[in-house]
Amino acid sequence: MASVLPKIRFRDPQIEMAHGAGGKASRRLVEGLFAPLLLGSSIEPLSDAAHLEVNGTRIAITADSFVVKPLRFPGGSIGELAINGTVNDLAVSGARAQALVVTYVLESGLSTQILEAEVRAMAKAAAAAGVVVVGGDTKVVENGKADGMYITTAGVGAPMPAINLTSASVRPGDKVLLSGPIGDHGIAILLARGDLELEADLCSDTRSVLPLVEALAEVAAPGIRWMRDPTRGGVATSLNELARDCGLAVILSEDAVPIRDMVRGACELLGLDPLHIANEGQFLAVVAAEYADAALEALRGTPGGHQAAVIGEIVEQPAGTVLGANGYGGTRVIDMLVGDPLPRIC
Amino acid sequence: MKFVDEFRSPGVIARATDEIRRLADTQIHYRFMEVCGGHTHAIYRFGLKDLLPSNIELVHGPGCPVCVLPMGRIDDGLSMAQDANVVFTAFGDMMRVPGTSGSPLEHKARGMDVRIVYSPSDALRLAQKNPDRHVMFFAIGFETTAPSTALTLMRARAEGVRNFSVFCNHVTIIPAIRAILDSPDMRINAFIGPGHVSTVIGCRPYEWIARNEGKPIVVSGFEPVDVLQSVVMLLQQLSRGEAKVENQYKRVVPWEGNRAALKAMAEVFELRPYFEWRGMGFISQSALRIRDSYAQWDAEQRFHVPGVRVTDPKAAQCGEVLKGVLKPAQCKLFGKECTPERPVGALMVSSEGACAAYFNYEHRKVSALTSIGAPV
Repeated sequence: MASVLPKIRFRDPQIEMAHGAGGKASRRLVEGLFAPLLLGSSIEPLSDAAHLEVNGTRIAITADSFVVKPLRFPGGSIGELAINGTVNDLAVSGARAQALVVTYVLESGLSTQILEAEVRAMAKAAAAAGVVVVGGDTKVVENGKADGMYITTAGVGAPMPAINLTSASVRPGDKVLLSGPIGDHGIAILLARGDLELEADLCSDTRSVLPLVEALAEVAAPGIRWMRDPTRGGVATSLNELARDCGLAVILSEDAVPIRDMVRGACELLGLDPLHIANEGQFLAVVAAEYADAALEALRGTPGGHQAAVIGEIVEQPAGTVLGANGYGGTRVIDMLVGDPLPRIC
Repeated sequence: MKFVDEFRSPGVIARATDEIRRLADTQIHYRFMEVCGGHTHAIYRFGLKDLLPSNIELVHGPGCPVCVLPMGRIDDGLSMAQDANVVFTAFGDMMRVPGTSGSPLEHKARGMDVRIVYSPSDALRLAQKNPDRHVMFFAIGFETTAPSTALTLMRARAEGVRNFSVFCNHVTIIPAIRAILDSPDMRINAFIGPGHVSTVIGCRPYEWIARNEGKPIVVSGFEPVDVLQSVVMLLQQLSRGEAKVENQYKRVVPWEGNRAALKAMAEVFELRPYFEWRGMGFISQSALRIRDSYAQWDAEQRFHVPGVRVTDPKAAQCGEVLKGVLKPAQCKLFGKECTPERPVGALMVSSEGACAAYFNYEHRKVSALTSIGAPV
């Protein structure tokens, strides 16, 4: 086989926190270094999980690492995130998680009580998501490293019938749906770290989005073009990836995006854009216009989906761009997250 | 959300824009400078340019504290933190500002103990919690942030905290406005006055702008309605041939300023004879230094300061943009060598920097709309 030298475009001299923040720097690292060397030249736009055929059976596969600090926060903990994160990556690729494997990197000196609590949280989240944990591995590192624990989960899933997601199928006129209020997770973690002396009764939104994805698939499977869970980098980053991958534009109605007042308030105070804040229990879907009403109704009729909304539309121009339109006639470009505005959040 | 939604109300905004169109003389090209970077950010963030007639041009001023700091001061601050016992603390804004050998964040990635704080008192608390380390706070900002640095130093002295110091880079707004007005290529009709600075200094310090220079100035808030109402007030003054200081931001800014804050500043700081501003050169009596009575907490007295002077990259035209002579996109490096991800000049770093605001919210919109032949 003729070997083609992969083109390495990643030129940053060293790794910085921004390379893990899910925004532009992360993308540069993955597309400029990992993909050319590991995935070869025939790669599709990168998504949350890969679908491939093994001995004639289609499967979906994904992996995710969790390095959140603090380990427990209002509404969840690292163990719960580690299950839901992987279940959700599979769900938004159009697959039902079947089995997970888990790797723990534990810090010497970690109290067993804390570890046990996380393992229990994982067992509970796995049962709720209908997935089994079938194996894993454990490593221990010196005291002072790994912030208590890091967890990695990898999962395989069964693709749902009749769903074929690709950004290439997105067309002008398609609608952009969002499953619920944004920013809860990122802001809850920020407040839980206690550096800000801000208090709010706010919980992370960590959950499995599989029931919502299944409800959507039931009524709109042939009309679903693309899905993504807007974790690090937030809704803005996911939609920018979409705009870039499909070569079209997204017009976002800023007033239609559901955001709790507490999240808006914290963002106003801290100068953050809620569209850049991470979520752990929401997803975005692009749906053909004729399926949009049914899709929205299905989401709103599913527990946890009552605040779902149509937040935007796909248009032809300005290609590759996300434009925000506000309620009084102003527009702005909404860019991907640049840098790393927040501490480690997942 | 209270105190936000009422200032973004489409109905009120529509009334303000109608009023602007009624007042603006179509024969005149108006150039209004928003002094404060917070306004620059708001104007792009809320798409306010879309709402103004094309003969009202908003010109970005020098009021972004990160942007006006010369690179040498960043190098000086980082050089003090080379000592492994020193913890370098600063506001998040500072973290990506490039020094000669990289930004604070890049130094952190190489192992320097660099931490973001949200107020100088957080840095002091960090020092109290870590008595065996020395915590240095890299202080930046106009009169907006100077009082909190002053109060922190007063507390450090009162509580006898010895492992804490401040590298003072506080600057004052009035000399910067004077430098702008003295600049020969300056053609500004009126000013949108800074909101946050004025909460501290009040409105009186601007009176000479109206009286001696004949330029109207309206101290403004940061919401869409605030900025548009300020434009209305400026147009009203100009149409009546008046020039005075007005306060649109009365809900926050007292005419006389904040006496307690000014007193704290006077206790701790004195004026430097001169200070270098990025792109604008040395401006006399334009910055604050820590008084000798607080020398023990003054990083410049405790540490060796190299006093580095670094000229900006030749091609970067930060100074012209800071003075409002050039629009961000007219700089040769804009969007090419200089982007928010890899900034060459500080104006591309802070969200209040004209270049970052323009890049994030406007630049691609303009090029995209131009490409489809839409009016821009």
